[in-house]
Amino acid sequence: MAVELDVFVGNTTIMDEEVYQLWLDGYTVNDAVKVRMAGGMLDECEANQDVLLSDTMDQYRTFQMCERLLQSPAKLANQLLFQIPPHRQTMLIERYYAFDDVFVREVLGKKLSKGTKKDLDDIGAKTGVTLKSCRRQFDNFKRVFKVVEELKGPLVENIRQHFLLSDKLARDYAAIVFFANNRFETGKKKLQYLTFQDFAFCAGQLINNWTVGAVDNTVEDMDVDLDKEFLQELKELKILITDKDLLDQHKSLVCTALRGKTKAFAEMEANFKNLSRGLVNIATKLTNTKDVRDFFIDLVEKFIEPCRSDRWTSADIKLYLTHYTNSAHILDSFKHQAVWDRYMGVIKSCIYKMYHD
Amino acid sequence: MPGKLKAKIVAGRHLPVMDRASDLTDAFVEVKFGNTTFKTDVFPKSLNPQWNSEWFKFEVDDEDLQDEPLQITVLDHDTYSANDAIGKVYIDIDPLLCTEAASIISGWFPIYDTIHGIRGEINVLVKVELFNDLNRFRQSSCGVKFFCTTSIPRGYRAAMVHGFVEELVVNEDPEYQWIDRIRTPRASNEARQRLISLMSGELQRKIGLKVLEMGGNAVVGYLQCFDLEGESGLVVRAIGTACTLEKQSSGSLVNTHTHPNTAPASNACNSPSKDGKEPVFGEDLPSSSGPPTPFRNLPTSSSSPPPFSPFKPCSRQSSSSDTDLSLTPKTGMGSGGSAGKEAGPLKTLLRQQTQTALEQRGASSSGLLLNAREFPFFTLTSFPPGFLVHVGGVVSARSVKLLDRIHNPDEPETRDAWWEEIRQEIKSHAKALGCHAVVGYSENTSICEEVCILSASGTAAILNPRYMREGCLDIGSTDQRFDDPSPPSCGFCHIPYDELNMPFPAQLTYCYNCRRQKVPDVLFTTIDLPAEAAVTGKGCLIQARLCRLKKKAQGEVNATAISNLLPFMEYELHTQLMNKLKLRSMNALFGLHIQISVGENMLLGLASATGVYLTALPAPGGIQIAGKTSGDLNNEQHIQAIQKRINDTIAKNKELYQINPPELTEEGVGSPIPEPRHRSRLFRSHSESSDEVSELDLSHGKKDAFVLEIDDTDAVEDIHSLLIDASPPTGFYTCNTETMPGIYNWTTAVQMFTSVRVLRLSNANLSNQSLNKIFTDLCENLLKSFYFKLRSNIPCCLCHLNFTVAVPEEELIQVSVTAVAMTFDKDQTQERFITKGGIETEEQLQFPLELCADSSSTNAQPSSKFSGVPENTIVSPRAASVDYGSFADRCSTWLELLRLKAHTIRRGSVKTSRRTQSLAHSVSSLEHCSPLTEGRPRSLRSSRSFGGSSVTMVKMTPLSFLPGTRIIKYLGIINMFFIRETTSLREEGGVSGFLHSFIAEVFAMVRAHVAALGGNAVVSYSMKDCVLMENPNKNQAQCLINVSGDAVICVRETDQEPMTSMTNIGQTCAADGAT
Repeated sequence: MAVELDVFVGNTTIMDEEVYQLWLDGYTVNDAVKVRMAGGMLDECEANQDVLLSDTMDQYRTFQMCERLLQSPAKLANQLLFQIPPHRQTMLIERYYAFDDVFVREVLGKKLSKGTKKDLDDIGAKTGVTLKSCRRQFDNFKRVFKVVEELKGPLVENIRQHFLLSDKLARDYAAIVFFANNRFETGKKKLQYLTFQDFAFCAGQLINNWTVGAVDNTVEDMDVDLDKEFLQELKELKILITDKDLLDQHKSLVCTALRGKTKAFAEMEANFKNLSRGLVNIATKLTNTKDVRDFFIDLVEKFIEPCRSDRWTSADIKLYLTHYTNSAHILDSFKHQAVWDRYMGVIKSCIYKMYHD
Repeated sequence: MPGKLKAKIVAGRHLPVMDRASDLTDAFVEVKFGNTTFKTDVFPKSLNPQWNSEWFKFEVDDEDLQDEPLQITVLDHDTYSANDAIGKVYIDIDPLLCTEAASIISGWFPIYDTIHGIRGEINVLVKVELFNDLNRFRQSSCGVKFFCTTSIPRGYRAAMVHGFVEELVVNEDPEYQWIDRIRTPRASNEARQRLISLMSGELQRKIGLKVLEMGGNAVVGYLQCFDLEGESGLVVRAIGTACTLEKQSSGSLVNTHTHPNTAPASNACNSPSKDGKEPVFGEDLPSSSGPPTPFRNLPTSSSSPPPFSPFKPCSRQSSSSDTDLSLTPKTGMGSGGSAGKEAGPLKTLLRQQTQTALEQRGASSSGLLLNAREFPFFTLTSFPPGFLVHVGGVVSARSVKLLDRIHNPDEPETRDAWWEEIRQEIKSHAKALGCHAVVGYSENTSICEEVCILSASGTAAILNPRYMREGCLDIGSTDQRFDDPSPPSCGFCHIPYDELNMPFPAQLTYCYNCRRQKVPDVLFTTIDLPAEAAVTGKGCLIQARLCRLKKKAQGEVNATAISNLLPFMEYELHTQLMNKLKLRSMNALFGLHIQISVGENMLLGLASATGVYLTALPAPGGIQIAGKTSGDLNNEQHIQAIQKRINDTIAKNKELYQINPPELTEEGVGSPIPEPRHRSRLFRSHSESSDEVSELDLSHGKKDAFVLEIDDTDAVEDIHSLLIDASPPTGFYTCNTETMPGIYNWTTAVQMFTSVRVLRLSNANLSNQSLNKIFTDLCENLLKSFYFKLRSNIPCCLCHLNFTVAVPEEELIQVSVTAVAMTFDKDQTQERFITKGGIETEEQLQFPLELCADSSSTNAQPSSKFSGVPENTIVSPRAASVDYGSFADRCSTWLELLRLKAHTIRRGSVKTSRRTQSLAHSVSSLEHCSPLTEGRPRSLRSSRSFGGSSVTMVKMTPLSFLPGTRIIKYLGIINMFFIRETTSLREEGGVSGFLHSFIAEVFAMVRAHVAALGGNAVVSYSMKDCVLMENPNKNQAQCLINVSGDAVICVRETDQEPMTSMTNIGQTCAADGAT
């Protein structure tokens, strides 16, 4: 005696959020039943294991049928097969596109290619995320990447409209796309302490200030590619470290402003030239794709690590960078104020975010 | 040329990729009606084609309009090979033929393929222009309204009930034609779908003709069924109740089809003040003169010609067939089982009937009237107050027939005669119960190979003749029964038959409500609980389940074996029902439906009903267990233990269902089963003190002697199975009727569902007992699953739980259930709406906010709406349909209008532009410019309200109403038949995956049709057939589903505008989310 067939279909599609999460997390039906039982589901409505199994199977089938629609969320709103109230649709989409920070941290900046996909089982083993869930997340990244690649207009907005995601999630996806496109190096040991959210913040800064879209919002890929003209102009900043007078002048201005305001003043004064050289050198090298990829490594090596070894506080960093940026405006012979602001604005906020006490 | 049908193909979306090379499709559409076909242009390389075709015009007879569906085929153009079909849409245009129903069909329809399921959607507009028909001998019956609802539809009143209408048409089943061997499964399925669609159209037209001839304008309780007789053919049959309905709107009466004389009378007849007048009603009824009853004379003025043959006294029929009543277990046996080949007394009768039927057919169509006269049957299950006078009990008849090929489809006499015979039997049963009518009447069949069980059942009753066309009921000398002014709360329980000449042994007592008339100790009926009935406590679903093995056999031997088994099954089902009823301390069953399903090696019986405690009936006695031999001490103890369990269960149930009749509160609930002597004394004393009736307890001391004897192991098993039924968990109630007594404050949250379970019996040598256990567990487990799935709806009631059993193959048992979960408020109805969480409140606000822009226009409309100005009716429901997104989607050309409207509304404007955008992007991504693209702002800070959903929410319910809403318009009947087949069963997720998606697809297609008619709900929805055939070894499966219901527009009780169902569903799911 065996149940040959068992289905339950509601006019309004019944979806249990808990089971949905288990499905998204890649649990098999049997494992999901175990989890639900452990979660005390048996106490509800005099359920038994068979009831749970039947319910879980039904829900899994429903989700599988929905998956095709979830992959192009705009369809979910005007498809006729499932009657799902709008706020439930929002939930389904948001959850489907949600990802594990530990997982995304592993693939951030990597090419979203078949090769990477082959490594997913290793990543899964390392992060404790099931392979099924890894695949869904990876495919989501790839799908979003592919769609926005060909679109004009602001990246975040495009993602939000095509995938009907929340603002927060759309921004995260923008970061992932941006990192994948520019292939930023994030996997080096020195960068391990940084979380996905740190990188996502930096990506947002870069997208808003350094891409073509920051000045012109009609070109293709405007938010994905960095502004080439701007990168060229950055070379002009070299004068700040090559011109000895300018360097000294800059240092004295900064030191005057900082004096007495921080315990780390001595270190600041001592390191000024090194740090300034580091930051300006990063700027001037950004025309090379290779150096763009190493942007975050360079920030850590050239600035964050020296400061950390001198035990600067976050407040110190803030103070220092503010005066460092502003003092350049007072330098008479320094003519590249606009480029300097555009550069330092991003650098400042990235360093704040990346500097963990 | 009485009609012009116009169709326009607007656009398609989500089409499947038909060209692998380009990942695109070159789609075009064929529009076919009758023998005329039109084609659109090919829209190359797109999955979202915009055909925007001209209006295709078909000039057709209205007869064809009724029979034929509009057939829309979407194809992929192929230059070198044959064009590939993507899928089809069949649109039933019947709703457009009725001036009061829909006036345009417009919307997105799923494109359906019998092999692949839904493959994208197509936007279609359909209109009909009807010309006045002056032909007196017309064959069409346009304008007759059909309702699946088995009560007088809301918003209407019955000016006159004309009586029973039935018709059946037969044809060869395309699946079994020789050509099927050479054609593709797809072609075969499509031929079948089309044929059935044609046949049901024809059937409906023919029934409509009968109704017109009777002088009616509507069919209520329309029940259409298919009998897939395999080799021997395909039968489509329908029954219903012909009525003259009038709109209840103030002042403007629409009576196009009513006889002029009936209109004013019916006004008087159905006095708006229904409450409190009933007793008076009854009193002045018998006097056929005098001012209070002018309408008594009225029916004579009806236009119906005199009957063809003189009316036969029915006593003759009742004597010719054995009168068995399925009322009490004592007499329950034998009411089935008149096998076709051996029904002795019925034979003469049969011949007689067929003869008359033939004569009628040959003579004149007006002979059809005779049918109504002969069968005072009503498919209605609930009635306007005052309509139902007395109820006798359940009458049923079954007959086993051997099918053979239908030789001439134009002469369906054999099948007609079969049903005629059954109906006669039912009629005579009713006679024997002293009743002149049968209400809650239904018919069904079960077929296995060449054996067919025909069943009919109903409730014998006496109806108030004032609502009837004269001659519809033969009242004769029984008139004095209307004399007694019985209060409406108990009047229907009073026995209609003669006390001294009872048709079966029953214990009568004086009514516990009015103390003036006799009532039986239990009452079984197939109707809904009358709204005015006095009920103590709540009710619950009661099921009797039974399996009986039978030997495999062929032909007549098989039929005889089955018909021999039937009476025993009925008897056992009744015993079970009675025991379970007593166990719940209840005394009446409503909505009783007994299904007996035949398989190759077993018979399945399932009886479902809703048990209640009618205040008017005596309290049921308990159940006493008696051992056969009293010597054995061990046995004695065992019996005592069982007895204790039973007593405990009864006590528990009383508490659960809040059954505390006044009598029992007096004596204290402590001992559910007092000593017989003690009890009878108690009753006497009670009656003496409270009433002047002295001989109250004639025999009901015996009532406690409801004894179950344990004489063998079988009986022990039976008692165990009796106790196995779990009561629903806290917060749940169950019933198979429309509503549950004692629950009134429904919220608007409804969740309709269909569930199917198939069990494979692996062990070949099962006994009846273990089979029963398996079957019972199957049903119980299904219920358990429902409770769990719907736990977020608590407190709720599963209403209209409709179980259907089948034996699709040897060793397989299939149970399908359709029901609706309705949430109610324990105490306060209003609070709930105020104390909602953030999101929901927002969504609920959305609805009134958006409506206010429209309210000025819509408020003015209701008056004009009913006057039937077509333009108004098109616009008003749509314009008010709240969701502007869907509005845009329906007809993109209206977008301009929409924008104008939208900018006046704060939230609405956001939503509309957002919708525009997503439309635009789907087009722009294909590089096809559309006028919509320009409206796309660069950085739109859209709120995440997501209102852009373009699909109207359509609620479905098997009930005749939606709580908290008012039906403002019936748009027509939905009657759809689908076939789905697969040759890749495993890939579709096995047989469960296959059926799951098919049921979801059927729901989707029903919703799409309703939405296209401008509706937002389906009431009286039912899935009448779900036939599944599988062959996992060949990786194949096929399924047929037939659904029906009434498409309606409903509004919140307080509003004029159509409601947003969004709000309500939101509520349900928000609760779901919390878990």
